[in-house]
Amino acid sequence: MMNEGSELSVTIAQIVQRLKGTHLHSQLEKQAKECLHRPEIRLESIKEDVRKFLRATGWERKLQNAVYRELHILPPSGHPEAPLEHTKEPLAYMRKAQASWEKRILKSLNSMCTELGVPLARKRPVLEQKELTSKWNEMGADEPACVLFFIFWKVLINLKNPNHDHSDGLTARSHWGLIPISLSVRDVPQLREAYPELSLSCSQLGIDDHAHVPPDLFESEHIRIGKKVVDEQDSAAAQQYSRQGSPTGLRAQLWALILNITNDPEDVAHYEQLKAAVIHHDLLVDNLIYKDVKLTASNDDYYFVFEDVLYQVLLCFSRDTAVLEHFSYNSATPPKSYIQGKTGEEEFAVVYPPNGVIPFHGFSMYVAPLCFLYNEPCKLYSVFREMYVRYFFRLHSISSSPSGIVSLCLQFERLLQIHLPQLFFHLQEIMAQPLRIAFKWMVRAFSGYLSTDQLLLLWDRILGYDSLELVAVLAAAVFAFRAENLMEVTSLASAEAVLADLSTLKVMPLLQIFLFANVI
Amino acid sequence: MAGKVKWVTDIEKSVLVNNFEKRGWTQVTDSEDWNFYWMSIQTIRNVFSVDTGYRLSDDQMVNHFPNHYELTRKDLMIKNIKRYRKELEKEGSPLSEKDESGKYIYLDFVPVTFMLPGDYNLFVEEFRKSPSSTWIMKPCGKAQGKGIFLINKLSQIKKWSRDSRTSTFMAANSGKEAYVISLYIDNPLLIGGKKFDLRLYVLVTTYRPLKCYMYKLGFCRFCTVKYTPSTSELDNMFVHLTNVAIQKHGDDYNHVHGGKWTVSNLRLYLESTRGKDVTNHLFDQIYWIVVQSLKAVAPVMNNDKHCFECYGYDIIIDDKLKPWLIEVNASPSLTSSTANDRILKYNLINDTLNIVAPNGEIPDCRWNRSPPKEALGNYQVPVSDILIHDRREFRSRSGQPLGSKSTRSSNCTPP
Repeated sequence: MMNEGSELSVTIAQIVQRLKGTHLHSQLEKQAKECLHRPEIRLESIKEDVRKFLRATGWERKLQNAVYRELHILPPSGHPEAPLEHTKEPLAYMRKAQASWEKRILKSLNSMCTELGVPLARKRPVLEQKELTSKWNEMGADEPACVLFFIFWKVLINLKNPNHDHSDGLTARSHWGLIPISLSVRDVPQLREAYPELSLSCSQLGIDDHAHVPPDLFESEHIRIGKKVVDEQDSAAAQQYSRQGSPTGLRAQLWALILNITNDPEDVAHYEQLKAAVIHHDLLVDNLIYKDVKLTASNDDYYFVFEDVLYQVLLCFSRDTAVLEHFSYNSATPPKSYIQGKTGEEEFAVVYPPNGVIPFHGFSMYVAPLCFLYNEPCKLYSVFREMYVRYFFRLHSISSSPSGIVSLCLQFERLLQIHLPQLFFHLQEIMAQPLRIAFKWMVRAFSGYLSTDQLLLLWDRILGYDSLELVAVLAAAVFAFRAENLMEVTSLASAEAVLADLSTLKVMPLLQIFLFANVI
Repeated sequence: MAGKVKWVTDIEKSVLVNNFEKRGWTQVTDSEDWNFYWMSIQTIRNVFSVDTGYRLSDDQMVNHFPNHYELTRKDLMIKNIKRYRKELEKEGSPLSEKDESGKYIYLDFVPVTFMLPGDYNLFVEEFRKSPSSTWIMKPCGKAQGKGIFLINKLSQIKKWSRDSRTSTFMAANSGKEAYVISLYIDNPLLIGGKKFDLRLYVLVTTYRPLKCYMYKLGFCRFCTVKYTPSTSELDNMFVHLTNVAIQKHGDDYNHVHGGKWTVSNLRLYLESTRGKDVTNHLFDQIYWIVVQSLKAVAPVMNNDKHCFECYGYDIIIDDKLKPWLIEVNASPSLTSSTANDRILKYNLINDTLNIVAPNGEIPDCRWNRSPPKEALGNYQVPVSDILIHDRREFRSRSGQPLGSKSTRSSNCTPP
């Protein structure tokens, strides 16, 4: 075990390393050089004066926000001797499960290639390029021709911990749920400690801004503070603030601030490059994107309006190699393909798709709610990408992370088992295991299930607490809320019917009551 | 109150029938004694016509005013609004204030419009001032987008050029239908690249004094095809017209949502992308337009005590977030194109009936027309006096006249 001091210095070294050579770095240098001509910079106290200048001009804050961003995505520092894959995922059986899962996806993708008789990627003929450029804003008119669904679910419920002896009598608990492994997840007292801002005594948006509550009790003051946070341009403050909810009119700015999305000219240029890449090359995965948007967002009461915007974002995303960076802390490994005729030769291997992420049914729902916040495609894109590399990837890779889908499933089952044992037992008995219903909610972080205003309130807290844990808590809270009706159902279909429409639910009261109002 | 309400309708729509049945009312035919008649505008013409009309008794109510067309026919609405402005101007009312360019500050809420063939010469004069503009031609007496086309050259409407002094309604003997021609709003607010308009519902229970209620649950109707102001697409009505009757024939029409987005979605989107103050201001302006249009027709309305009316207002918002009144429908569609649509329209009728036939009892046309707040459901009262105050304040705050570039948002620009 390393001591804390040296761990910190390793972290600092890592971050310094990562920020070196970034655009921010060169800008800071430039600013420092240029300020030397200023009268207030004196030779005798040059270091101090330059620092003061950078602080006064807001550059220090920019650096702080950049460091803060790095801290969010920094892989947990393991033992210096440990191989890279251990920082991605410490548990060997998780790595194995993820790897075999990836193999299955790749196999499907390859057979899709064969079936359709199309290559994974091809350069578009010039004429087609021109056509696509002119149709950039209306890609929704093209009908793709393939379907592909992945049965991720099956993999999860078949996870096995080889260190766990299954031969003798299983413990009551493990026998209960569908997730057959144990990971440490928080119980309600621990959750209360972790989410103090959600407690009954704390005011928040989603509850205390209700039409019947006079705004001067909480809302007006909260908005005033929110404006101040935005003015200060401080990521950490924005994150803390978001725990009590972002006001609708400030949310777009607050989220961009939390995620340190500055929308610099470089971001715009990067987005334009991606756009050009879409126009030049046709990818097989594009079909998955088309199909997904057609099957989900295009039929959605809230999101159909944004169909074309979703294509723009998702097609660019699949070509963005900057996304590959997140595989340093994602248990997944980007799929590889080989240049024609060179199968198996490592030097001819290429990551496919270029961003290493194969889209699946429902993927576009990670982007859809953000369309309500950002009407500039470039900004929308940047915010989505950052949300993905911070949170959403965890919802479809197998890992032991507390925000990972395995932990969320387990957490959800635990909460129900402990707090609604009768309901859990009843649903189990009629083969309507709660997880079978809640799984889809959690994989999409509830997008497409809640009404958008409520979903945004939930995502406020995901950003605020930098964790997806509340997704599992909400899923349990929904079951608790409909418990009475669920106790009366006798089949999976009728249980699903009771929980089919979540669009009328109010997220924050549900979470608050589940976590704080029940006697434990 | 003794007895059940006896109802008749000549519009067999489930949202109506379900609402009547829910109240335990009895269905009768129009030849029997009835209390409540939900009728089409063709029928109301007969009820109040000189020849075939009959006297309504105190316990009978109908869902139209006899001359609703003063508001709901495109040409007459424009005429009445123009007259209303002139009257206010004559009175020296502060509402008729104009800006430097001679435009009304508070009353410029309908696109510049002329009657054809009547106003042909006036139109040509206006057309020549800005020859690159697009204009939209609509037949006066038709609905659901029928007979509408766009023009950008005078030659396209030659047919209406002669006989400019004949009747504005029907050019006698020539078979030329009367049209209105309006400046086309070619900079509509686009969401996801698509054009939309707003359908809002407004209930009027009396014109003198004016009592009106805004329905909170309206919706946006989206075009299925990307918007382009390009003149080459002038003939493609899927780009320009939001009417469901038109859009549902498009290849991309979706039967799950029918291209309809709730007003609460619109609000969430606007507040998120443009800020709260700007969004509130837009909705205040919309309420303002509704009230002003009703005030414009109030003096000419036959304020029959047996009547109430639920109007469908069509409003387009431009990219400067200024709302424009396009037209008002006397018989807004009660057909449900989607499940949500059914819920909305069922609630609309339910809330309407709760106001005009309180407690589901036999109506009395001498009722005081002051329903208690709890009975309003999703209806709300637009407070017009407060609105004008707010508008002034907003104007002085933003330092710009309304109707031009007043849509600066206070908090949406990145630093």
